[in-house]
Order: sequence, then C-alpha cells, then structure tokens
Amino acid sequence: MSEHIVYPRVYIAIFFVLMVGTVLTVLAAFQDFPGPLNAVVALTIAVIKATFVVLYFMHVRYSGRLVWLVIASALFWLAIMFALTISDYSSRSWMPI
Amino acid sequence: MEEFKIPKPPRTNYLNAEYGIKSWLLTRDHKRIAVLYLGGISFFFLIGSLYAMAIRLELLTPQGDLVQSSTYNKMFTQHGIIMVFFFLIPSIPATLGNFLVPMMIGAKDLAFPRINLLSWYIYMIGGFITIYALLAGGVDTGWTFYTPYSTTFSNSYVLATGLGIFINGFSSILTGLNFIVTIHTMRAPGMTWYRLPLFIWSHYATSLIMILGTPVIAITILLLAIERLAHVGIFDPASGGDPVLFQHLFWFYSHPAVYIMVLPSMGVVSELIANFSRKNIFGYKFVAFSSLAIAVFGFLVWGHHMFVASQSIYAGMIFSFLSFAVAIPSAIKVFNWTATLYKGSISYDTPMLYGLGFIGMFLIGGMTGLFLASLATDVHLSDTYFIVAHFHYIMVGGALFGYLGGLHYWWPKISGRMYPEGWGRFSALVVFVGFNLTFSPQFILGYMGMPRRYHTYPVDLVSWQVLHVLSTAGASILGVGLLIPLIYLAWSLRYGRIADANPWGLPGLEWQTPSPPPTENFLETPIVHAEAYEFAPPETKEVVGKFEKQTPAET
Amino acid sequence: MPEGLATTHDEHAAHSALQHHFENMEQQREAGTLGMWVFLVTEIMFFGGMFLAYTLYRYKYPGAFAAASNHLDIKLGAINTVVLIVSSFTMAMAVFTTQVGRRKASIIYLIATMVLGLAFLGIKAVEYREKYHDSLIPGQLIPGRPFNPEVAKHGDTDPKKLHLPEGVSVRHVEMFYWIYFAMTGMHALHMIIGEGIMLVILIMAVRRRFSPEYHAPVEITGLYWHFVDIVWIFLFPLLYLLGRHMEGHM
Repeated sequence: MSEHIVYPRVYIAIFFVLMVGTVLTVLAAFQDFPGPLNAVVALTIAVIKATFVVLYFMHVRYSGRLVWLVIASALFWLAIMFALTISDYSSRSWMPI
Repeated sequence: MEEFKIPKPPRTNYLNAEYGIKSWLLTRDHKRIAVLYLGGISFFFLIGSLYAMAIRLELLTPQGDLVQSSTYNKMFTQHGIIMVFFFLIPSIPATLGNFLVPMMIGAKDLAFPRINLLSWYIYMIGGFITIYALLAGGVDTGWTFYTPYSTTFSNSYVLATGLGIFINGFSSILTGLNFIVTIHTMRAPGMTWYRLPLFIWSHYATSLIMILGTPVIAITILLLAIERLAHVGIFDPASGGDPVLFQHLFWFYSHPAVYIMVLPSMGVVSELIANFSRKNIFGYKFVAFSSLAIAVFGFLVWGHHMFVASQSIYAGMIFSFLSFAVAIPSAIKVFNWTATLYKGSISYDTPMLYGLGFIGMFLIGGMTGLFLASLATDVHLSDTYFIVAHFHYIMVGGALFGYLGGLHYWWPKISGRMYPEGWGRFSALVVFVGFNLTFSPQFILGYMGMPRRYHTYPVDLVSWQVLHVLSTAGASILGVGLLIPLIYLAWSLRYGRIADANPWGLPGLEWQTPSPPPTENFLETPIVHAEAYEFAPPETKEVVGKFEKQTPAET
Repeated sequence: MPEGLATTHDEHAAHSALQHHFENMEQQREAGTLGMWVFLVTEIMFFGGMFLAYTLYRYKYPGAFAAASNHLDIKLGAINTVVLIVSSFTMAMAVFTTQVGRRKASIIYLIATMVLGLAFLGIKAVEYREKYHDSLIPGQLIPGRPFNPEVAKHGDTDPKKLHLPEGVSVRHVEMFYWIYFAMTGMHALHMIIGEGIMLVILIMAVRRRFSPEYHAPVEITGLYWHFVDIVWIFLFPLLYLLGRHMEGHM
C-alpha cells in the first residue's frame, strides 16, 4: 500500500471548514428550532466536522478498505449499544400486551 | 503437500536460548510470554477452585453450618470473579493463542511483542490487586456487581476488586489488538484467509469481541467506582439515576465475554476433531463464518440477563428472539464437527477425548440456554441453580475441556516432551465423570426451585440434599481429575518422552518446525501451498462428475 | 502485493528502526497504523458508554440538563474548541513535514500542538476551579464541599447563580454535572496522555530518528490526537450548547 502525502493546502482548507462549522454550531444553538431540531442540527454539524477530521486529518480518504471497515465496525457496534438500550427505556411506558 | 524436510532440531530452542529470570521477565518472545501466562492462569484457577470447594462443602447440608451467609456471599462472588476474569477469559487466548497464532500463520512473532509482554504484567498486577482485595476482606456483591448494593450498601472491598478487574481488562484489549493486527498483516506468503486454521478464525473473532466489548465494562466499573466514592451517581435513583442502566452497561460486555470464553475453545475443538479424525473439517467456510457470526450476534443478546429486572417486555421480546438466533452459528459448528467425524480415521488420544467431550457438553449447555432465552421459562428459572448448571456446562464442559484438550495436544510443541498417554486418558475420563456428576443434579435442583447464591435450603426437602450431595461428590471427583494432569504434565517436563517436531503426524504449519520451536519459530519463512487440514496430497484429487474423488498417489 | 502477505527476505540492509519480527518497513508501518486504529475502536466504545448515559438522562430530564448546561461558560468552551481544532491542524502539519523530511518545521509543529494542548488543559482547569468555587462538584467528590449551588430566586438575573425553571430538581442538575465531569475529565486525561506521547515523539524528532522512510510513529500519534479532538467536537455542543436556545425564556 503506497503512502499518500496530503499537502498543506488540503489541511488549511479543512481547518477553515472546521472553524466555519464551529461558528455555525454556536449560532444555531441560540436559534429556537421547533421540536428536537436543535439537537439534530447540533449533532449533524458535529458529525460533519468529525467526518472531515477523519477523512483528511486522519488520512482515511486515502486509506485502504481495512481502515474503512474498522471505522464502520466501531460505529456499528456503538449503534447496537445505543439502539438496544434505548429500545428498553423508550418502550417501558408502552401499553402492556 | 510437497516434501518438506524437517531440519534436525537445533541445539537452541526458545526455552534454552537464554537463561536467567531476567530473560523471562523481559522477554519479547510470544512463546515465553505464553508460558508466563500458563503459570498465572494455573495459579488463578487454583484459587478459584478453592472457593468452589468451599461452596460445595457448605451445600452438603441444608443448614448454614460451615460459613455465615455473609462469608458465603464472598465465596461465590470471589469464585465467579477469579474464574471469569482471571481464568476463563484469558485462558486459551493468552496461553495457546499467544503461543500458536504466529506459528500457525508462519510469522516470527506477534505484531507488537512488547505490548504482549505488557499485557502479561497488566494481567498479573490486576490479579494481585484482586487477590489483595480478597485477602483484605473480600467482596460480596456477586461477580455481577449489581447496583445499588455495590455502590451504596456493600461494606466489602468493591473498589479494590473493581480496580483489579479494570486493570485486567487492558490485558484483554491488548491481546485482542495484537491478534487482529498480526492476523491481518503478518501471514506468510501463500497463507490466504481461507487457508488459515480454524483456530485462527476463532481467535480473530474472539479478538473482535475483546476489542469492542471490554472498553464498556471498563467504563462501567469506573462509573461504579466514582459513584461509590462520591456518593452521587448515574445509577442512584435518589439522583434520578437508574440501577438497571448499570445492568445494561455491565451485560453489554459480560454477555459477549462468555463468547470470549468459548470461541477459542471452539477453535481448539475444530483442530482436535479434524486432526484426530485425519480428515479435513467439513464445511470449513461455514465454521469460519460461524465464528464471526457468533462474535457479532453475541453483542445483540445481552438483555436476556435482564428479563426479570424491570426491562421493558418489548425489549425483552427482541432480546429473546435474538438469543435464539445466536444459537444457530453454534449449532452449525456442532453439525460440522459431527460431519467431520463421520468416516474419519478417529484416534482416541487424550486431546480427542476432550474434544469429543466438548461437543457433548457444549450441546447440553447450549440447549439448556434455549430454556433461558424463552421469556416465560426464564421467569421460572432465573436466579436458580438451572442457570448455574447451564453456564457451568458451557464454561467447564465447553471452555475448560477445550483448554485441557489443547494443552495436551500442543504440549509436545510447547515443552518438547510427551505427556504419559495412559494417565492422560484416565484423567480425562475422571474429569468427565466428575464434571457431569457435579452439574447435572443442579439442573434438577434449579427446576425444583433451589435459588442460586443461597447457602441454605429447606431441611425437609430430602431430595434437594441428595442432589447437593451428588453434586459435591462430583466436585470432589472433578477436583481429583484436574489435579492429576497438573502432576503428570509437570512430571513430563523432566521425565517425559522427548517429542519430535511432529509427534502426531499432522499437516499444520506449527508441526513443520522443531519441538520446542526456535525463538524465531521457523528457520526459513514458510511458503504455504496447501489448504488447511489437507490430509491427502492435492495431486491425487481427481474431479469425477461434480465431486472430487481421492485416489491413492501413484508411487 | 496482496494485503498482509510478507515477502521473503530482502537482500539489502534493513532500516535501523525495522523490528526483527517484521519483513520490511512497509509491513511494520501497516501493522502500527492498524494497531492504532484498533485501539481507537476501543476508545470509541469506552467513551460511547458515557455518551449513552448522557443520552438517556438528557431525554429523561431535559429541563434540568438545559438549565445546568446554560450555567457552563460558553466562551471558554468555544475557545477550547477552536484551540483543539488548531492543534489538530498543527498535528497534521507535523506529520506532513516529517513525511517530506523537514525536520525543523516538524519540531515546531509538534511543539505548537503540545502548547495548544496545554492551553486547552489550562482553560479546563480554570473552568473546574470555577465549578469548585460555586460548589458544583457533584456528590462528595470533594469532601467538605458537597454539591450545593446557589440557586437564583425568581426574578434574580445574576448570571453567577443557577437558574432553575419551575419543577426542575437540583438533583437532576447534579446528574448533569456528574456526567459533565466524568466526560470532560476522561477527555482531559486522554489529552494528558497525548501530551506525554507527543513529548516522546518530540524527543525522537529532535534526535533525528525520523525521515521520509520512517515516520510512522508521528502519523500514529496524529491519529490518537485527532481522535481526542473528535471527542471534544461532540462534547462541546452536547454539554455546552444544548439549552442555549431556551436561555432567557426558561
């Protein structure tokens, strides 16, 4: 697997994206969106920022399938832990059968 | 397989390459580290067994006449903690896995030898901290540390024990990390994924579980510790917390942990069944992928420990269904092992006896698990001796049998000596009889309602005492059966028949190098041409119609 | 060359940093990088447990969590977010300059990253001290100074006091602070460990150990540092920003 050198101009661009994301997330936090949208917006921006860090700063964009598989597995397992635990808490108040 | 001339054993092997205690305590050789672990594992198994003896002695009589209830609580807690965290989880991966993974893939060592050594030190430190806690006064919360008893009301050494287990978790994580990276990046030329021995597939799957599950128990113990120290917390109803959240986090790891305990053993059994039937494993890919499936599915079922813990009935239904599903890959393996035996050339050496024993005992353990996966029957059987019997059939009849079988099978490779076969077979039978006598009465006791973690039972229920007496008698026989190998294996180190490179006459890569192996494992990096478990040379295979027909090679 | 399969022994002299059990530097680098990724998976699951607890309790006690979150210092939190993002940039530059052999520049970037990390920890220390003074440290973590914040009475707009809407229990606010300290504390611990690792890498760089052929340790350290940054990218909005849209009319 040959090594890919990522040039500083890419890093600088990503840096600006992250700064913009930070400003956006603070501004959005003060807006009163309906329902759960505040949380959705905040998490979406956080996920996008994290994705840029992972893809470019951590070189995953230029890495082989194995690294992608490792990351995907971690996220999948995290999702299992969340989904099944929340399924307990959210269904406790449902009508009994 | 092409003619491979096994070179004359060199005068130095990994055991005598260097002398002195420093050469052992600062070694980077995975084989020496495996031997270091063997010592530690055996020590902790002995301690755990002492607690088991205390439990069985108390239960001989219905009254609580041997120990007080508070002491008895400590006995079963400590038996569980030592056996689960310091014996079962590390046993096969840290001893046989560490020794064999590099050899089976044709590598010189694991990817991170120093991290491997570190994992042993972490294991021993975690173990000694826990021993200190046991000697200082013990812990009585049950190995499951349920809140709020463990956080608020127990007056025992919860923190110290928790610290020991927390530290030990890192040993597990580092071992798993090492195996995954090694298997991905250090296979010899020609060793493709589908040529890997099934022992490797099992250890890979086990390592996945170690990596993904252990961190969650780490954070759980940490949260428990802070709550115990700071008197406010995430599991405390007075603060708005939920004690059941502890159970979710605890079992998210501890259920997959039981697969950490049994998957390596299944890997050993695949090796034993194929090799001692002199026959290729039936359905190699099915067995390989079943290991992965068990690792994945094992993470989806933890709620079946909480059916009666106020978990929502709907979540319970999901977990129940998934618990039935997780039995499927295990069943696939059992069918494939059986099919491998069919028309095989079976030799009943000691390792094979343990391997066959595994299949039967794991079957019983697994099937009884289905009663527990079913919501309605679990309500009746929860927290009874049925559960105790169920998991001991898997942990002892499954994991321990695999460990003993593997230890005997690879003993000549590890030590360069053969163990006495007659004694081996005899002790295997004693262990088998003792084990079954110990735990099969417990199924009945549980069904009849005997709760677990109780040291007394009604005096007028004579049948209960009969069953308990049988169980204790079995435990004594089991104890004797386990002591015998300790003696003859130690004896063999000095007086055993010297083993050559391939005493069993088998095709595996680990048998193509001297016994004991040199420090760098192979004198030349092997180049792999053969499939796993290839007992017949490929040139003799001839395709007839849809099937490959084996004909004897022309001489 | 298929992934993972080693070559047989090369004839030319091995690099001084090649460890004996690897066939070549490429295999060593691949193994080291994969090892760090697998370790990061364990970190994701480790922090994940705490994020799970946060999620469950936030949805159980939204009012308490919002009130508690609004009491955190958003300016310091935002500054820290910027500090970490800059430090991720300097870390990435440290990796790049090592890869192209610009040793002096790599040393400067490493030092910059460490300084920024220390700045983050310093600001965190300031925040923690503030919490200590306001008696916001949960339970009896600090013996003699239990959780006992000054709650603002109705109509009092003093920002130094905790503003609780109707029906919100102080115990649930304490739960938020428990989670806040557990998560930011664990994050800070990882940053301290990261500083230690970077110190080792810095010393190696000063001693000319790295080159375009051998820079894997810097790259691997970068992976760890970026991960710590990512955890904060999630912590900042979840802990500091969750109730801001309700501020003023709670």
